[in-house]
Amino acid sequence: MSVQSKNPWKEWLVLIILLIITALVAILFPAHQSSILKESWSLGKEMLMILPAVLILMGLFSVWISRDMVVRHLGQTSGIRGVALALLFGATPTGPLYVAFPIAAALRHKGARLSNIVIFLTAWACIKLPQEMVELNFLGARFMITRLILTSTFAILTGLIIEKILDRQNIAPENRKGDD
Amino acid sequence: MSSSAIIINALALLLLIIALFKDRSRAWKALRMAGRSFLRILPTILLVVVLMGLIVGLITPDKLAQWLGGKSGVTGVLITAMAGAVLHIPSLVAFPMAGSLLRSGASVTIIATFVATLTMIGMVTFPIEAKELGKRFALLRNGISFIFALALGVLMGVIL
Repeated sequence: MSVQSKNPWKEWLVLIILLIITALVAILFPAHQSSILKESWSLGKEMLMILPAVLILMGLFSVWISRDMVVRHLGQTSGIRGVALALLFGATPTGPLYVAFPIAAALRHKGARLSNIVIFLTAWACIKLPQEMVELNFLGARFMITRLILTSTFAILTGLIIEKILDRQNIAPENRKGDD
Repeated sequence: MSSSAIIINALALLLLIIALFKDRSRAWKALRMAGRSFLRILPTILLVVVLMGLIVGLITPDKLAQWLGGKSGVTGVLITAMAGAVLHIPSLVAFPMAGSLLRSGASVTIIATFVATLTMIGMVTFPIEAKELGKRFALLRNGISFIFALALGVLMGVIL
């Protein structure tokens, strides 16, 4: 996971401002005090009970599933197996989406199918396995599974559509300059 | 502790033990990464905890349902989709947020659309995507994803 360059103090500052606003609101609307406290307390407790475990899962995945491994396996696999691998490799390593772009670019140079690259990116963006655990906990199994199935379907469709559009245009010379 | 919380913690513990047996130094590396990520995400967690307390505690369920529920209509879904595309919230804290809103009256369509555009579309990361994979690719992927995110939200609302 790459470290974001943004200043962490800014977030603490926003937090302090928000706390002041909350305190003012609590003083102005005493009737809402208990419901504000109750929601914050239960949400905070729930998050602290699962986030450390999720972060450990993310750490393990990103140490064991390296970028080289993804590029090596996805660069040459095609067909249904390729689609399944693209979904799996998108869903397991962790990190923000911008970490996946260079991997996708490396895959392209290795000659991976464009549709699989798109599937990999979409899976990376929205069906990360550790994050799915958070979704399961906070939104429930029905929500998580339905979204997982729909997202996987849409990921494959997006891949096929983009492949169809770009492969046809790839012969055009003006397109070449964008590749490097 | 809820059953899903127990499953997640058990899974993490099991994999961690396996990892420690397989390769101690890599397992430690993973743990250090987890610790660093926790410190980095902590202010965001606290921010979400306070913010959701304020929103859910202050806004009555029927008001919230009016803004983020079935009554908000097509405009509500479009605004949510745009918000998700522009905002840059890690899904680790976005799911708890979404859960709170869902419990207090927001509709499945709104929540699913928000989660979908939040994760699939990155206005902030667009320049990096365009640089690495070409502008045409980035435009296509984000554009098609936006349409599919709306479809996903509507479908989720119909199914659930």
